[in-house]
Parts: sequence; structure tokens; C-alpha cells
Amino acid sequence: MTVLLEARGIGKRFGGVQALHDVSLTIRRGEIYGLIGPNGAGKTTFFNVLTGLYPRDGGEVMFDGEPLKLGSPHEVTRAGIARTFQNIRLFANMTALENVMVGRHARTKVGVGGAVFRFSSARAEEAAIHRRAEELLHYVGIADHANDLARHLAYGDQRRLEIARALATEPKLLALDEPAAGMNATETAALKTLVEGIRADGVTVLLIEHDVKLVMGLCDRVAVLDYGEKIAEDVPAQVRNNPQVIEAYLGGSLEH
Amino acid sequence: MDIFLQQIFNGLTLGSIYALVALGYTMVYGIMGLINFAHGEVVMIGALVALAVMAPLAGSGLPGPLVVLIGLAAAVLVCMALGATIERIAYRPLRNAPRLAPLITAIGVSIVLQQLAMLIWGRRYHSVPRLLPDAPHEIFGATITEVQILIMVVAALTMAGLMLLVNRTKMGRAMRATAESPAIAALMGVDANRIIMLTFVIGSGLGALAGVLVAANYGIAHYHMGFLLGLKAFTAAVLGGIGNLPGAMVGGLLLGVIEALGAGYIGDLTGGVLGSNYQDVFAFFVLIVVLIFRPSGLMGEKVAERA
Amino acid sequence: MKKLPNAPERKRALLGTALIAVALAVLPLVVAGTLGNTWVRILDYALLYIILALGLNIVVGFAGLLDLGYIAFYAVGAYLYALLASPHFGIHWPAWAILPLGAIVAGFFGVVLGAPTLRLRGDYLAIVTLGFGEIIRIFLNNLNAPVNITNGPKGIALIDPIRIGGHSLSAPLDLFGVTVPGVVLHYYLFVLLAVGIVFVGIRLQDSRIGRAWVAIREDEIAAKACGIDTRNVKLLAFAMGASFGGVAGGLFASFQQFVSPESFGLLESVMVLCMVVLGGMGNIPGVILGGLLLTLLPEAFRYGAGPVQQVLLGRVLLDPESLRMLLFGVALIAVMLYRPAGLWPEARHRRELAEAAAEKKA
Repeated sequence: MTVLLEARGIGKRFGGVQALHDVSLTIRRGEIYGLIGPNGAGKTTFFNVLTGLYPRDGGEVMFDGEPLKLGSPHEVTRAGIARTFQNIRLFANMTALENVMVGRHARTKVGVGGAVFRFSSARAEEAAIHRRAEELLHYVGIADHANDLARHLAYGDQRRLEIARALATEPKLLALDEPAAGMNATETAALKTLVEGIRADGVTVLLIEHDVKLVMGLCDRVAVLDYGEKIAEDVPAQVRNNPQVIEAYLGGSLEH
Repeated sequence: MDIFLQQIFNGLTLGSIYALVALGYTMVYGIMGLINFAHGEVVMIGALVALAVMAPLAGSGLPGPLVVLIGLAAAVLVCMALGATIERIAYRPLRNAPRLAPLITAIGVSIVLQQLAMLIWGRRYHSVPRLLPDAPHEIFGATITEVQILIMVVAALTMAGLMLLVNRTKMGRAMRATAESPAIAALMGVDANRIIMLTFVIGSGLGALAGVLVAANYGIAHYHMGFLLGLKAFTAAVLGGIGNLPGAMVGGLLLGVIEALGAGYIGDLTGGVLGSNYQDVFAFFVLIVVLIFRPSGLMGEKVAERA
Repeated sequence: MKKLPNAPERKRALLGTALIAVALAVLPLVVAGTLGNTWVRILDYALLYIILALGLNIVVGFAGLLDLGYIAFYAVGAYLYALLASPHFGIHWPAWAILPLGAIVAGFFGVVLGAPTLRLRGDYLAIVTLGFGEIIRIFLNNLNAPVNITNGPKGIALIDPIRIGGHSLSAPLDLFGVTVPGVVLHYYLFVLLAVGIVFVGIRLQDSRIGRAWVAIREDEIAAKACGIDTRNVKLLAFAMGASFGGVAGGLFASFQQFVSPESFGLLESVMVLCMVVLGGMGNIPGVILGGLLLTLLPEAFRYGAGPVQQVLLGRVLLDPESLRMLLFGVALIAVMLYRPAGLWPEARHRRELAEAAAEKKA
């Protein structure tokens, strides 16, 4: 397996707090890679640095053989990393379909002239955006809600819509920030199937998750963050027995 | 040297008034995230009400400062009532409305106040009787009048009082809590409606005081005076970091001084190409520059984008 | 997305368009015949305001950027026209050269203002744009010395009217024995441009760019995560809105044949913003309605307030001009209290309101 993403020595501090300290990790093409850790371990911070939302204080990221320009989220997306958010961020007053259509922005190019005069190329592109968006809604299983406003969707469907929107950007790496948060067991199981399907279709997945059981069952490899440092990176079976990891979780939550 | 010092004195006087008005904007913004566009007009009403009370009393033989105090009391009462009314009618029903709706009602209120003032007081400029001691004093070659000193002292004391109120009293704590999170404050038993109304009342009272001070300093009042004053004061609030009380004071003083220095020196700096009629450009120019380099104002908290 | 219309639907749409076209064509003749040319002139101004409001709607309604200095772009367009087509400098360019130039120059000003300020949070952007508007006005007022560029507060007069085929639009035209007054000719020109701008607005709204604007308005961070270069897309909204303003300004200068800084104060910016918000932000028909109401109603008051008082009270008690503004202020408050999303809101907002009403009843 070849390397898709290699992060080296990522650091981030907020005021006096060192949120990330020299974090390095390697994600291979085609795997589902889990990032776990207790509350406040720096998972989401790492995510936000990786996707360009926060400026980093050190380190670099190689993505798909190129240095990744961190610092502007839209360029990270264009480079091929798409993300979802821990607290779902949809365009609440747009329909589900429109949400996914916005996701096609980076891969399409009709500008003002094309929009106003509707050249045949512009019409073709718009039709393709529409078609692809419908396919993606179907793919994540919410095609029935295409014309509902995003904020009217059920919670689980909102999560799915966010994933569809992220997939619309044609990512090589799909980064999911706690996709199972707030889901019941049935919804979580369905989510697991969806993520496995996405990987089967050739998209590498980075998963931040609180639900350790889900991570262990789904991921090929797992990294553990604690106090902003990576304390383990291995296959789930090894990580589960790593004394440092058990220490970090103080016994409890690893098993439930 | 003397022009410099002179402009500093003038700037600090003007700036004290900006600061008082800016506090009204910043308090309301801090608590409900709303630009109270009508605040400048409240200041204008304060000045004209005080004038209406002081003019007939001026010849009555009462000592000048007492007449001013009576005028001030009337202005403060009227403006507080006005502030409460505005909040109740134009803003409270729109707490959960689209963001621009209260901005439009605010504009509506300021148009209404301005036109009412014009119907009551007419279009003309009213001269304000000289009731306060305004003997000039020489300090290092610059002149400062007693009214100017009084304005600075009154403004400073008022602001100190406000800081005590907000930081040391139970009411102030409730205000800060509401600004932080209305929902949580409500859970803690804070009556948000009451606190918001109180904020308007206090802000309007400060506005009335500022209106009386402006009228006393320049000796004139008219129905249109609130507009530019309000605009400048809001600029000052943003300059200091809107929502931040010390920021409003610093922003106000700074803006006053910058304007005064700008007006005093712009001719020399540009070889006479630009004159003091560009004074107002200065204020906005400084504002734009500050916001470009410090998007949250001078003393505003840095708001990190949260994912 | 709409499905392709079937034949009867298409027929109906065509019929509707034809009816609107006929109504727009006949309107000035009816108005001139019944209310007189003064009201056609008012209608002309209403059209200019509608063009302005449609431009601001792109910035505020679509992209959600609060611009309180929009009138500055109108001023730029108007003064550009005045300087390039008047005896002031002795330059007399044709309108067809100046109007597009006005759009470009105003758009350029939009980018110059937008580039450093668009990363500011909403209300800060509002105050910076407001300051920019005031700066432009102050410069117009004072740039008569040491070199007289704008002629200061006195303004620039004797501006050339627009000519079509050698005929000046401000002169009446004899057509088959009927005399068509200049205000009516202007009406037709303005209507054509307004229709064109409505067309551009509708097409943009339903496009990749339009979706990007709404996405930014809804959630800027999520928009970035979708690969939208929010800075550029916002700048585009700013520049487009500004260039519409610039065109409207040029038309204004040629129509009035006079410009002065007085026409470009904050109140004008606020008026245009009120048209957008009151009509229904983001909804083009709503914005047109807002523009019409806010120009026509105050005019109606202006002509009605005096006589009505005369009849009711026996004399003119309150200054009609004041009363007009007073009622305008009250109307702004009342409309917002009863319809916070505007008189004719965007479909998404409409749904929201319907739900809120349903919840209230339940």
C-alpha cells in the first residue's frame, strides 16, 4: 500500500496551551484510519489544522506526493481532502440537493458569463452537477429527501447529507469528525456500512471518533492522541492492548 | 507645540463626548449583538430637551450650573424613558427575527425621532445659553476653557461609575452573564428582558448626558446633530472593539484626538492641498486602517473561527 | 432544480411574459395621460432605485454581506458620467462609452474596498462600508480646490443627455404625429436596463455562483470546506453589485443633467438597503416591490399630505416633507414588526414563516 498522507511534526498552540505537540502520522491509500483519544486530546484540533481551518505552528503535510498548502481550507479541499464537522454544518436553508450541488463547486467552473448566457457548455455542466448530486444523495440513502431543506432532515440524515456533500468534492481522503456522535445503535451500524462502502469505492477515510467500539470494528489502523501527543499508532488489536493507551483512557471507556 | 497641545485639549474634550455616546452603542451591542442605529437621535433629543428646560430658566436668576443640572435631569429622564420605549417597541419583538430586521426598525426609529424633533423644534439651529463657567485658562501656550475641563471630568467620573456598576454589582454581573449567553443567564434566574431594557435605559441616560455636554461645549443644538455624532461614536466603539466598555472609552478619546490633530495639521501635511474640511475623512480612514490590521478593534477579543 | 417545463406550462409562461411586456410598455402612456408627466418622472426614478436595489440585493440578499455605503458606487457612476459628458471639462463622450466604463470603474472601486475588508465580521463590514460611502461623499464635496475636479457642493450642471440615433432623450420625440415626452423615452430605456438586470440576477441566482453566494451566507466555514474560495466569490458579489450601482449612477446623471454630492448621502444608502430588506432579501420580485413602494409612497405623501390636512384640519398644520419622512419611518418599523423577512420573502424564508405561524397556532 502506498502512502496517501504523511503529516510530520505538526504543532499547534493556543495562547499558552500546547494543543498539538509534534504529531506525525501516515495514512495509507485505501485504508480507514482512526484517530482517537480522550476528550481534549487534540483530535479536532489536528483535524482543523489538517483541513486548513487553523494555521499551524510547525510541521508539514505531504499529500498524494505533494506538499499540502495548509492555511486555506478551500485549497485543501481542492487538493483532495474533504471533511465533515463535529457539530454538523449544513447550509440549513438550502435543500439537501442544493447542499450537495454546492459541494461540486471546486470541481466545476462556470462563472458569471456562463451563468448569465447559459452557453451549451454551462448548461451541460449544470446538468452534470445536478445529476451527480442526485447520485450522491442516492448513494448515502437520502434521495427521498432531495428537496427538503437541510434543517428539516432527521439528525442521522443530516450526517449522511454532510458526507454526500463532502464526497461531491471528489476527495481522495474523506475526513469524518465524530460522525457517530449522537446516533443510536441502528444508525451507527448503518453509518458503519456506509463508511465501508465509501472505502470500497476507493476513497481513503480518516475517522475521528469517540465511539471506540466503532473505531475498533471499522478501522484498519488507529492512532491515539493524548494531551496533544501521539502515543500509539497501530492496528486496533495492538492499540487496544497498549498500556499507555489504557492508561490514557484510565481503563474504563476502551471496553464499553 | 502650542497648536499641538491645543488640538490635544480640543480632541480630548470631543473624545470624552464620543466615548459617552460610544458606551451606549457598545453596551447594547455587547448584550444583544445589535447596532442601535437610533442612539445618535436619542443623544439629539437629550440635547434639545435640556435646552427646552434651560432656556426659560436661564433668565430666572437661578445660578447657571443649577439650571444646567435641572436641564440635565429632565434630559436624562426623557431619554431613559425613550430608550426603554424604543427597546420595547422596535427591538424586543424582533429578538429571533432575521438579523437585518432590527437594523431596519432601528433606522425607522431614528427617522421618526429626527422628524419628530424637526416638527417640535423646527429646522433652525438653536443657540444654547452660556450657563457654565467658560473662562479660558492658559496652559503651556494652549487655551483650555472651564467647560472643557468640566466635560472631561464629568465624562471620566461617569465612566468610572459605569465600570463599577458593571464589574462590582449584582446587576452588572447579570448584565455580563446575559452578554455571555442569554440562555444560560436565564437558567441562572436572570431576567434577560429586564437586563436588556436596563442596558438601553443606562445607555440612553449616558447619551442624554453626552447631548447636554455637546450643546454646552459648542453652544448650539439642532434636530440633525445626532446623525454625525452617532456615526462618529459608533466608529469609536468599533475602533475600540465593539462590545467592550474600556474599548469604547479608549476608542472615543482616540478618535477625538485623531480628528483634532488631523484637522489642525492636514493643511501643513499636504502643503495646503487638503483643508480641515477633510476632518471627517480622518475618522473613517483611521477606522478602516485599524480594522484591516486588527479586525476586532483595538481592545476587542480575538474571535477565532470555530469548527 | 426545476424540471423542464412541459408544453402548456411553457405556453403559459410565454403568455405571462408577453402580458408583462405589454403592461410595461403601456404604463408610462397611461400614467402620463392620467397623472401627468411628473409621475412618469417619478416612475423613472423608481426604476433607477430598482436597478440600485437589485445590485445591492446581490451583495446583501444573495451573499449576506451588509453594505451600508452602497450609494458610493452610484456616486462614482454618476460623477464619471458628469465629468466625461458636460461642459465642466469640455469633454463630451457618448453615453454608450461612459455607461460601460462606469460599470467597470465602480466595479473596480468595489474590489478595492472589498479586498481588504471582506474578512471582517458582518457588522464591522457594515461600518467600514458606511465609512467608505462618507469618504467618497466628502471628497466629492471638497475636490473643487486646489484643482477643481468635482465643482464641490455646487455640483456639475448641464450634463449631456443620452442620445439615441442622434435624438436626445431629454427632448420630446415626434412619432407619427404623436409627441412622446422625454420622461417617457427615459422610461423605456430604464425599463429595458432594469429588465436586463433582473434577467442577470435570476440567471445568477440559479447557478454555481449563486449557490456559492447563498452557501457563504448560510455558513462561511462550511462553504470553504466545500472548496469555495470565499474571498474571491464575495469580491465577485461586491464588484457586481457595485457595477450595477455604477450604471444606475450614469443613468441618473444623464437623466437629471445635474449631479451634486447631496444626492449621495448615507440616507440614500439606507433607503436602498430598506428597499432590499423591506421587499424581501434575496427575492428579486420582492426587491422590485420594495423599490417601487419606497419611491412611490413617499411621493404620494408629498403630494397628498398637504391637501389632506387642508381638508381634514382646515389648514396645513404639519410640514408635509416632515410628515412624509415620519410616516416613512413608521412604515419601516411596522413592516418589520409584522413581516420580519420582508413583504415578499424568498421561498426558503416563506417556508420558515409558515412553519413559525403553524407552531404558534399549535
